[in-house]
Amino acid sequence: MNAPLRRVGVVVLVLFGLLFVNLNWVQGYLASSYRNNEHNGRVQLTEYQRQRGTIAVVNGRDQVPVAKSVETSDQLKYLRQYPVDPNAYASIVGYKPVNGVATGIERAEDDFLSGTSDALFSERLRAMFTGQKTTGGNVLLTIDQKVQEIAYNDLLHNGTDAKNGAVVALDPATGAILAMATTPSYDPNQIVSHNTTAAQKAFDALNKDKAKPLLNRATQDAYPPGSTMKVIISATALTEGDYTPQTPIPAGPSYTPIAGGGFSIHNAHPSICPDPQITLIEALTQSCNTGFAQLGVKLGADKVKAMAQAFGFEDAGLTLAGDGDRKMGVVPSHTGSMTGQNGQDDPNAVAQSSIGQLNVQVTPMQGALIAATVANGGRQMRPYLVDKLQAPDLTTTDQTQPKVLRTPISGTVAGGLQQMMESVVDHGTGTKAKIPGYQVGGKTGTAQNSEDDGDHGWFIGFVMKDGQPICAVAVFLQNAGSGGSSKATQIAHDVMQAAIQERGQK
Amino acid sequence: MTASTTSSPAPAAAAGPRAPTRRNAELALLLFAMGVVTVYAAAVEYGVNHHLGRFWLLPLLLTLVFLAMHLAVRFLAPYADPAIVPAVALLNGLGVVFLRRIDLDPKMPDLDYHPNLVDFGGIAFKQLIWTVAAVIVATVALVVVRDHRTLSRYAYTLGFTGLVLMMIPAILPASLSEVNGAKLWIRFGGFFQIQPGEFAKILVLSFFAYYLVRKREVLSLASRRVLGVDFPRGRDLGPVLMVWGVSLLVLVFEKDLGTSLLYFGMFVVTLYIATERVSWLIIGLLLFFGGAFAAYLLGAAVGGPFANFYGRVGVWLHPFDDPNRSGYQLVQSLLGLGTGGLFGSGPGAGFPDQVPAVYNDFIFAGLGEEIGLFGLTALLMVYLVIAERGLRAAIAVRDSFGKLMAGGLAFTLALQVFVIVGGVTKLIPLTGQTTPFLSAGGSSLMANWLLIALLLRVSDASRRPAGGVTASGAAPVKLAGLATEVMR
Repeated sequence: MNAPLRRVGVVVLVLFGLLFVNLNWVQGYLASSYRNNEHNGRVQLTEYQRQRGTIAVVNGRDQVPVAKSVETSDQLKYLRQYPVDPNAYASIVGYKPVNGVATGIERAEDDFLSGTSDALFSERLRAMFTGQKTTGGNVLLTIDQKVQEIAYNDLLHNGTDAKNGAVVALDPATGAILAMATTPSYDPNQIVSHNTTAAQKAFDALNKDKAKPLLNRATQDAYPPGSTMKVIISATALTEGDYTPQTPIPAGPSYTPIAGGGFSIHNAHPSICPDPQITLIEALTQSCNTGFAQLGVKLGADKVKAMAQAFGFEDAGLTLAGDGDRKMGVVPSHTGSMTGQNGQDDPNAVAQSSIGQLNVQVTPMQGALIAATVANGGRQMRPYLVDKLQAPDLTTTDQTQPKVLRTPISGTVAGGLQQMMESVVDHGTGTKAKIPGYQVGGKTGTAQNSEDDGDHGWFIGFVMKDGQPICAVAVFLQNAGSGGSSKATQIAHDVMQAAIQERGQK
Repeated sequence: MTASTTSSPAPAAAAGPRAPTRRNAELALLLFAMGVVTVYAAAVEYGVNHHLGRFWLLPLLLTLVFLAMHLAVRFLAPYADPAIVPAVALLNGLGVVFLRRIDLDPKMPDLDYHPNLVDFGGIAFKQLIWTVAAVIVATVALVVVRDHRTLSRYAYTLGFTGLVLMMIPAILPASLSEVNGAKLWIRFGGFFQIQPGEFAKILVLSFFAYYLVRKREVLSLASRRVLGVDFPRGRDLGPVLMVWGVSLLVLVFEKDLGTSLLYFGMFVVTLYIATERVSWLIIGLLLFFGGAFAAYLLGAAVGGPFANFYGRVGVWLHPFDDPNRSGYQLVQSLLGLGTGGLFGSGPGAGFPDQVPAVYNDFIFAGLGEEIGLFGLTALLMVYLVIAERGLRAAIAVRDSFGKLMAGGLAFTLALQVFVIVGGVTKLIPLTGQTTPFLSAGGSSLMANWLLIALLLRVSDASRRPAGGVTASGAAPVKLAGLATEVMR
């Protein structure tokens, strides 16, 4: 009987061998796919065991948390909250839902906020020995609370037909974004509820909403810029060398690019540049369509496009925060095709494009960058949202360094453009932006779209003091109808005023 | 008691002409095992609560309980294998501490109480009480059964009792016998339930051993040679077919593949050991897999009593097809094991709350998430040590009945570990088996300690010096019809 007993011993070894092999398969080979399986709540639960860092905006010398995690008695230990004016910051901060993907800064800086970033390694190591619970790192934004809230509230109560709009304000000298608002917005608190069914429902409702509250109109959509495009045409002309602000250009009540072509360009009002000639500076000041259409055709599509690209058009890589697949990007702005079927410039297309119509599409962020570049002497700074990353003990682990992104125009050209844009605010279409004691420059825009909807209202501009730029701003009111650009100018004035006050406090 | 059975210290015994009892080795191993349990308890307490608290309390009480067991063995089975009790104590201790870890976890959803920081409460404390009871049962067994051969006298009684125990849940109405879809229980009201099958397997095995020792001559008679394998005569197939039928009945009525696999495997293996004929193994495996496959097909075709088995096979084949309902438990078990990976998330850092029934059937998955592949491998090695030591005792013991019983018991233990661990790791279809010594539950713990007591008894007999007197002081019992030849 001993021989079969020994064989049974072998059978037992084989059975356990099968268990060992299978365990290696499950816990070794398949481990990472199981760990990241969609039905696996463990990784997420671990994440919610650690207090996520705050996201704060600036108010004078203070930091105001606009996203923070508070302890709950739930299974998920910490609830994400957006305590201050959540709708105003939703497009920047985003949300971090229990299920599904995060957006905004919550996504771009997820590693740091959740505390798993390599930058927080020493923090975690110390916590291991001191027994303290580790928390995530904090993100301090460049956003200024007052500027942001004025931008958002002005958009919300803009007094026109525009339900959708966007404001971008940034520091031309650094690229730091002071405000980035979009309407309509949403309350992210409902999406991060620990009641995942309710959260999903809230998200689905927002996602299906025809008003698209989840869309950040400042960076994620581009619109016909209208007359703000004339700044690009002016920059092209001044860079050519043959032009100064005082150079007279052909104008008139109407312009027909192709003689007998049946298409002509008119001015917004008969009183604008009826004479056959007008100086460049006055053409911009009055927003003379016929003058800029002819100038654009004369300069040629290639040069206009090249200048637009030098300002950042067609750039799909612009990133405001984060990197890789978690970056907060900006969709590219486009000049669109201005070529006819024969491969040559189509004068009709070039003329329309020169006044920001046809296929020209610009994001409000790009509009602000144009104004900022002019104010900063031709150097376009990389726009950014994150000022500092702070470890839980509030020591700064990373401070964003301003970086020149591109230099589309020379200092001289920038000076000429400043002069021209200040003239617009001084006695042209943008007088509402005037701030006593400061140099304010800008350009209004009214962009036609389809027959039924009202025109878009635009204003891009800057404020300077003693030759130093303070703030550049772009305001966009979608389908605002008549008076849209005037209202946009008013909003830009309020935002710049707030930026001046905030700067004075620092 | 004669001088030879008193527990003389090992060094003295080693110096003398008699074989060493190795009891001090057992004591040292036991203390080492308890050290491991203590360290694990500290890690668990810190992992869950972030402070150590009174982590030492449970390990201390466990150590006292197992020291009592050690003393019992010292006096009642002095020559028993010294590795068995420490190995079992290690598993038992780790099980209790893991249950404590579950008690402490505020995330556990389906427990009524969270005796947070309460020392004497929760399933861990209950399990400690069961451990005390189990050790008492084992000691009583060692006292009563002074010679394992006495069991064969009562073989028919034991076998009949075992069969009855096994059948009771099948016959009882579901309200009194069904827990989580398997009719394995006898429920006394809502608060107390026992799983008679756990005890039945030992009783039935003693009967198997007795019956097969008597019939081994007949069963090993060659009849027909097919493909170079000797097949038994048709009429000798009777008992095999009967047990096959009974295990299929269990499968159908108790909705449980595990138990039937256990009984059938137990029988086939003892039959093979008794007759030394591979043909029995082949026939047995064919019958079992044939039966299981037929049950699967019947489940697909007619459903009814086979539907449960069919569903379990479906979940086993494709757990992720229905990850939130039927496949939930297995899916979460696999995801937990996978999340643990090679090293585990660390004691107290996992999410046992995600796996339903993590304190009994799925305790292996809960442990696996926290101690990882390496921890589980070590744990399985401990089981392997117990099973192989049991088989060693079977090989070394001199009488056929003891060989069959010890071999059957050791194999049954190994098979049960295989069935449940294979189930939670998706090696085989999942069945409702407890994990021996780890799972919460008194029936399983007591039955398995009883099994260990019998193994210790056989092991004691096998290592006792030849010509020595038995523990009871009586001469070896001669049994009617029992061939008591001495095996080498």
